[in-house]
Amino acid sequence: MITFHLDSHSGVPAYLQIVQQVRHAVSLGVLRAGDQLPTVKEVVGTLAINPNTVLKAYRELDRAGVVEARRGQGTFVAQSVEGPSERDYRPLQTELAEWLTRARAAGLDDDAIRALVAATLRTQLAVRAVA
Amino acid sequence: MTTVPALSCDGLGKRFRSKWALRDCSLRIPAGSVTALVGPNGAGKTTLLQLAVGISAPSAGEIETLGWSPQRDPLMVLPRIGFLAQDHPLYRGFTLAEMLTFGRKLNSRWDDEAARRRLDGLGLALTQRVGKLSGGQQAQVALTLALAKRPEILLLDEPAASLDPLARREFLQGLMEAVAEHGVTVVLSSHILAELERVCDHLVILSRGRVALAGDTEEIVRSHRLLTGARRDVDEIAQLHSVIRATTTERQTTALVHANGHVYDSHWRVSDVDLEQIVLAYLALDPSPSPGPVAVR
Repeated sequence: MITFHLDSHSGVPAYLQIVQQVRHAVSLGVLRAGDQLPTVKEVVGTLAINPNTVLKAYRELDRAGVVEARRGQGTFVAQSVEGPSERDYRPLQTELAEWLTRARAAGLDDDAIRALVAATLRTQLAVRAVA
Repeated sequence: MTTVPALSCDGLGKRFRSKWALRDCSLRIPAGSVTALVGPNGAGKTTLLQLAVGISAPSAGEIETLGWSPQRDPLMVLPRIGFLAQDHPLYRGFTLAEMLTFGRKLNSRWDDEAARRRLDGLGLALTQRVGKLSGGQQAQVALTLALAKRPEILLLDEPAASLDPLARREFLQGLMEAVAEHGVTVVLSSHILAELERVCDHLVILSRGRVALAGDTEEIVRSHRLLTGARRDVDEIAQLHSVIRATTTERQTTALVHANGHVYDSHWRVSDVDLEQIVLAYLALDPSPSPGPVAVR
């Protein structure tokens, strides 16, 4: 089981933060196929948010095939979902470490690096949305 | 779920002597929604809630709660609503067990078991006296009693105003659990939006006794835009979109508009606004002369 947390100053809508946290947990292997997500009541009982926000997030994840709702039982990580394996992670992490060294050598501090990563992700997202 | 709105008003008004506390109020609050009633003190929030539960009668217009007039047909309304007044009135000398008995005797629909379970979950013993509880605990007890009625609509007047941040959060957690579990419609008032922004899906802004804005929060956010550009007249843009607030400095003009579709105008940089900025613009409370461009996120 995972717990969600919300950053109210991020500007990212609450439902999207939940979607991202589930996707993140799946890709890191914290959530595996068949694992149950917290019930709507559990989530609103900890985060003090509108239940519709959680429902919206779960519906979105369902549509994307990340989770499946089982009637009367709850919401579960879909069987077909498989996070990237350790084998995929290692080389990416090595390359990223090299890239970070180059970025720091070029004078970027942590904030600048984060901003650059966020901006690049956003650009790619926009390109994908158009394509 | 029925299609009857949980709350509807048409031309509703309430006058105290010569002063209108609420005027020309027309709105629909859908069943199953969580609605924040926002406005400064004296805007008419308490008046509207009291009209909704039938504590006072309208001076003009109509109000229906769950499809019935709370004044003309109180028996169709009162058993089905929960109302939490600002000072969450409880009998301070009563123990919690006595409070439950009191509620059970007065209400035909009463879920005693759920109330006991809820109090137990809050770590409260039935032998405790109301007067000895903290403000946060008293608010939770009042909420427990209101929920034990199994209401279809729960109206709360400034429920969080007197609570510290932790107690406020715990209160809203309990309230949202009830919404998730029973689908109860909730209308809650506050003079600050910040504490309700995450819990509400509908919003009613009251200002000086009138409805300044009402609707679905997502729809409200989607339809408002902040325009910034070199100093110029807003008349042109006002022909297409409603300008809620415009501020001009020596070089720059900033306008918050209720956009009628997309804003196509190369003079302006168009950005999103969050709910709080929109509320402030409608209440015209923002004291700063110009918010400046909104940071790109």
